[in-house]
Amino acid sequence: MIGYLVEIPFPAIRKVTLLSGVDQLCCTIRLASSFVILKYPHLVGAIVASRTFAEKVLGRASGNPKAEAGDVVEASPDLVMSHENTYLVNKSFSEFGLDRPWDPNRIVVVLDHRTPANSVQTASVHAQIRQLVKDYGIKRFFDAGEGICHQLLVEERLVRPGQLVLGTDSHTTTAGAVGSFATGIGATEMAGVWATGSLWLKVPETFKVELSGHLPKGVYAKDVALRLAAIVGPSGADYRCIEFDGSLVQDLPIAGRMVLCNMSMEMGAKAAIVVPDSVTKEWFRGNVPPVTAVVRSDPDADCERRIEVDVLRLSPVVAGPHKVEDSKSVDKFKDVRIDQAFIGTCTNGRLEDLIAAAQVLKGRKVSAECRLIVTPASRKVLADALDMGVVQTIVAAGGTLLPPGCGPCLGSHEGVLGPGEVCISSSNRNFQGRMGSEDAEIYLASPATVAASAVEGKIADPRRYLA
Amino acid sequence: MSGKARIWLFGDDVNTDLIIPGKYLDNYDPAHLAAHAMEGINKNFANDVSNGDIIVAGRNFGCGSSREQAVIALKHAGVEAVVAKSFARIFYRNAINLGFPVIVSGTASTVFKDGDSAVLDMDSGTLSSRDGAKVAAVEQIPAHVKTIVDAGGLVPYIKRRLGKN
Repeated sequence: MIGYLVEIPFPAIRKVTLLSGVDQLCCTIRLASSFVILKYPHLVGAIVASRTFAEKVLGRASGNPKAEAGDVVEASPDLVMSHENTYLVNKSFSEFGLDRPWDPNRIVVVLDHRTPANSVQTASVHAQIRQLVKDYGIKRFFDAGEGICHQLLVEERLVRPGQLVLGTDSHTTTAGAVGSFATGIGATEMAGVWATGSLWLKVPETFKVELSGHLPKGVYAKDVALRLAAIVGPSGADYRCIEFDGSLVQDLPIAGRMVLCNMSMEMGAKAAIVVPDSVTKEWFRGNVPPVTAVVRSDPDADCERRIEVDVLRLSPVVAGPHKVEDSKSVDKFKDVRIDQAFIGTCTNGRLEDLIAAAQVLKGRKVSAECRLIVTPASRKVLADALDMGVVQTIVAAGGTLLPPGCGPCLGSHEGVLGPGEVCISSSNRNFQGRMGSEDAEIYLASPATVAASAVEGKIADPRRYLA
Repeated sequence: MSGKARIWLFGDDVNTDLIIPGKYLDNYDPAHLAAHAMEGINKNFANDVSNGDIIVAGRNFGCGSSREQAVIALKHAGVEAVVAKSFARIFYRNAINLGFPVIVSGTASTVFKDGDSAVLDMDSGTLSSRDGAKVAAVEQIPAHVKTIVDAGGLVPYIKRRLGKN
């Protein structure tokens, strides 16, 4: 419970938060500042410095409640996740000569990157992973076809507010949408966590992004994220924890929040959260155990950088090849012909995204000049989209439905691009060569913009298709 | 860590898709990965790189995915170290964990040209040309990660911690 905020000229404590129940003393402190603290040293125990979300989570996870930005702590994660690279994790882990990981109940394994298997080698890797999860007693295993790891962590309520979450995938930041500190690590590092239950982490500085206004028609969280990528740049949030706040994010459902946290990785963020609120609590309604509290930065906690963006006049945004930060209004890209349109991924493969695409596609046909590929982010997304008739609309328009998973995003299967081909994608990376040929081009956009582009066979503004 | 090396110069934001494209990640064999190192940005690199060569780059080297294969590819291609203005954090951690030197230098990418020959000397904290005409200061590896580097990477470091050595 936060009581009062006061400024005290005391060298060790710049800003302090008084716990409730000390109102009178608080007034005294306001008057006499540091002198009072010196006179009543027992008060100091009731005073804690204002702290950021990152400091609170990493402080708790490291048993060091005084941890501050810049400190290096040894932290124990609440949950860890790996996908196909579980194979690499286990390769390093097996060198330790241990029977099983420190806590199989905290491990989630998902097969999503190359599912169903795209090669004999992948099939063999999948088989080895299926065996090791049995051997180690890892119960939270999601086999090929269940969905994308980042989607499942949130959708299955595996990640909870205030947790420290590690994943062997850069877009682990996505789980910040429900108020967790979630960050990506490599496979060998995860092997170390499997062995010891902890790892070193530097407590990051905080980067506040205040988003105000309401999304205009045809503009989505993805457009905001692409616009932010241009403002912040590919390393502008390096090593920092982004906190999204403001009237816009308060209106965003969890799906849109996941887009912002997912795309924060493309700005270099170590972690990203949408400041948890009633939407977050509603997401966990009925969950056992109940979510009774969320972790947030104290109101006057230090933030190293702060930007404000009003989205009121934002147009649909497209990022041109080969940099996410090369994003501009969709009208700057008109007449760019496309060969492939792709809707899916951990960024934009959710039910809301398929609905937005179907709104554009309803009663229309994909251009004969291009193909449309749609990959739901999970089996649940697919089932819900079937129930709602969304899949039927997409298929009737000429879209090709692929099984839940990462799909063609990483260039290993299911829609690889050839030399000279152009793709508009709802994914998060347009890096050269990512989806196949180095001579192909990838444009990033919202699912609605991708769908409109599929209809026209060239990059198109979705607003003209939305009632 | 000291030796003569050819400098391979790259710019800012060299991402992991350029270092090792996703289409090669099916096969975890280090030799296979090394054969495609930096293919996305320089098709001749894997062929022409020699043991002990050094990559010098700008800001945010290794941004993008968490794929550890990016480090494995460079290490097994014979690259001795990457000296960059800054590193993307997951690439940096992966490199430390695999015992691959990643060194920060604010000036190396402007002091050196591609193809220069240079000596990396961590004792003096410099990357310098053979004739001494060009010198760039390099930062020491921070103490909290140096213990991992000194152990040869995270696996030997943890083995020691677990008393398995």
